[in-house]
This record gives sequence, C-alpha cells and structure tokens, in this order.
Amino acid sequence: MSMIEFHNVNKWYGDFHVLKDINESVESGEVLVICGPSGSGKSTLIRCVNRLEEYQKGHILIEGRDLHGDDVNVNELRSEIGIVFQQFNLYPHLSVLKNITLAPIKVRKTPKKDAEEMAMQLLERVGIHSQATKYPAELSGGQQQRVAIARALAMKPKIMLFDEPTSALDPEMINEVLNVMKDLAREGMTMLCVTHEMGFAREVADRVVFMDFGEILEQAPPDEFFRNPKHERTKLFLKEIL
Amino acid sequence: MNYQFNWKLVLTGEYGQWILQGLWITLEISFVSIVLSMLLGTIIAVFRLSRVKPLVWFSATFTEFFRNTPLLVQIFFWYFGSYAILPDAVNKWLYKQDFEFAAGVISLTVYTSAFIAEEIRSGIFSIPKNQLEASRACGLSFLQAMSFVVLPQAFRIIIPPLISQFLNVIKNSSLVMTIGVMDLTYMARQIESYTFHGFEAFTVSTLIYLVISLIVSLLVNQYNKHFLRFIPH
Repeated sequence: MSMIEFHNVNKWYGDFHVLKDINESVESGEVLVICGPSGSGKSTLIRCVNRLEEYQKGHILIEGRDLHGDDVNVNELRSEIGIVFQQFNLYPHLSVLKNITLAPIKVRKTPKKDAEEMAMQLLERVGIHSQATKYPAELSGGQQQRVAIARALAMKPKIMLFDEPTSALDPEMINEVLNVMKDLAREGMTMLCVTHEMGFAREVADRVVFMDFGEILEQAPPDEFFRNPKHERTKLFLKEIL
Repeated sequence: MNYQFNWKLVLTGEYGQWILQGLWITLEISFVSIVLSMLLGTIIAVFRLSRVKPLVWFSATFTEFFRNTPLLVQIFFWYFGSYAILPDAVNKWLYKQDFEFAAGVISLTVYTSAFIAEEIRSGIFSIPKNQLEASRACGLSFLQAMSFVVLPQAFRIIIPPLISQFLNVIKNSSLVMTIGVMDLTYMARQIESYTFHGFEAFTVSTLIYLVISLIVSLLVNQYNKHFLRFIPH
C-alpha cells in the first residue's frame, strides 16, 4: 500500500481547470520534488493532500484511506500531515517554544512538560534551541522557517509537505533550511516538496515531477530527469532555471 | 447672582455617602456589563464569521438591530416591556431580584455587544488568513484556531476601539437612573433635589466619571504597550 495515491484528481477554480487528471503514488519514505512554472498547480496539488484545498473530482488516498471518506476526521488527518509554508506563518504573538507546543498540547493533549521537552529536542535538531524564548519577529527568515519545520514535526507527522519553503528567504539563509530538509529526507520521512532548488532535488529526491498547466507532464529519478528530460516543456523549463 | 457654593455639603456626611454608594453601583453595573458584552460580542462576531447560515443571520440581525436603536428606548423596553413576553414564573422570580439592576445590565450588555462584535469582526479580518490556515493545518479545530491563534492577535489590534467602547459603557450607564438604578447620576440628582446644590452635585459626579474613564484608558494602554511589542503591523 502506498503512502499517498492520487487517482484522477481534478480541481477547478470557477472555470479555471487547475488540476487535470492527476495520477501518482508516493511510497512511504519517498521524497518527491515537484517543480514547474508558477501557476502550474504544484502548490495547489500538495495543499489538496491535507485538505487545505478541496478538489472536485477524483480521490486522494493516504495509506489506503480516502481523504474525503466518511470515517475521516479532518483535524486528525491534518495532525498527521505536516506542512511548511513559503511565508513561514508562525504565530507572532507566541514565543518560539509555544509556537511548537500549541498543537501537541491542544490537539494531542500532550502534557505541557512533555510537549516542551519534545519542542526543545526539535529545536536542537533544527539548530536553534537557544532561541526558544524569543518571538518570531526577533528571528531571521531562515530561523523562522526552521521553527516552522519544528512546529510541523512536533505532531510526529507521517508526511511532510513543503510549499516553496525557501522562496521567501535571503540567499544566504536557504542552505540552513535545505540542510534540515535533507536530514529529514535521509531519516526516511515521506516528503512532497514544491521547490525550485534543483540542487536539493539532485541530492535527496527519489523522483522529480514536472507540472505545467495543471498536468503532470513527466516524472523521473533526478539523474534521468536532469540528464535526459523527455518533454519539450521540461527541457525549456530546465534551460530557464539551471 | 448670590448662589452660595457648598462643596462640603456634597462631599461629606450623608450626601457624601450617597455619592460613594452611587459610585459603587456605577462601577458595578459598568464592570458587569463590560465583561458580559465582551463575551456576547465575541460570540456574535464568531457566529457572523462561521459558515452556518442561521448563525450568520442571527448575528447580523442582532448587530444591526441593537446598534441602530437608542439605548434609552432599549432600557425602557427591557424594564417596562419585557415582562409581557416572559413566563409568569420568570417574572415573579425577577421581581424578587434587583430587577432594575438586571434590566440595566441586560440593556447595556446587549447594546454594547453589538458594537464590540463589529470591532472584533474587523480585528479578525485584519489577521492574515494564513494564520488560520497554519493553525488548521496543524490539526487545530476552527474554534481552537480562533481561541488560541486568531482572537488573541485580533484583540491586541482592536484594543484602542475597545477602550472607547468600555468608556461608552461607563458613560452610558448613567442612563439607568431613569429606571431607578441608584447609580452615581441618580444620587447626584437626588442630592440636587434635597439640597438645591445641583452645581456641586453634578460637578462632583462629572469629575468622578472623568477620573474613572482616564484610569480605564490608562490601564488598557499599559496592557497594550506590554503585549503589542512583538506583533508586526
């Protein structure tokens, strides 16, 4: 059984067909990099996985269970799928520590002390445990994004979604975030990453998926994808960004 | 003009006591009404933003109705009119209580919460949508996301308009003297009728209102300063 399966997923914004017949499956522990020009539907696709976006046709299965099945509690589902946004979206009124412990305490009912201990471990893992008592506005962009990753990991998710996690960062901060993501990939996390960081894709992706106009045009292991792209659109895209 | 000012008369003895008793009632009715209208206003605002149609209609009607009718008429309605639609048992029970005070609190609360709901709603709108999204994405329910993420940020932004609502409650509470609540204004009026020293009585009560209002806005501003540090605008 695959971790995530997309069956004929279609989505429209009014008349605009954003996702067209998406069929794909992601195995447990697999790292998928999704790339493509802006407006191609990549963010929309991964946001469908935790139901931040609704789709009108088709099915998405997580470990065999339909996302929209009657037995699915959306809050429980989301708590098992972490997401990291382009704009970090940390809670500005809470300290770094509280940003991380909020969901474990409120959703999982983890005792405060345990949640804080876990948060400190996660902060250590992303390399910023000395900033626990600070507020998001006091941190750099790269540090904020690492807090956002720790916040998502605090729910011990089975899947991590990354929605252009480095696009809002200054160039010198991109690597500190990518390194955390690489560690995660090596530890066996199932990851769907929308990113333009082709170095990251080369190094840790199991497969690279190329999307345009709401369709998956091609997908291949990184070596093959970069060396021998098949589709004209892909060739053009790679020429533009590499 | 041969008016003899007599401040001592108003500030000491029995009349001084009346002023203090009135002040206490004013503080009590304002405090209770502020707390209740914050609660009710929050509920009305969250109803208005929910996706449940009947709740949206209810809160929209509530807000427009109570915001656009005079407070004095509402006070009279609750005091003189509400018994007609309440069950007998409730009426009997109510008359054994301090009905004037209760009618005063109800009208002040309902009236003020309509305004507060609008402030809260605009506060919630000013919080970026991605805050709700980020918290829902972690598995928080809509109510949890509202209570722990959106509302705490919204409240900090709307503190200045909220202060003026609180101050309005304190000032508006003077209207409840018309249904016999013995508040500061009622007592000042009473002293005037007993002593004909209306100038002193109303000067003292005016100054007391002024001081209470200044203290309230000072306190809330301090709170504001302390908590707004890290909220970027």
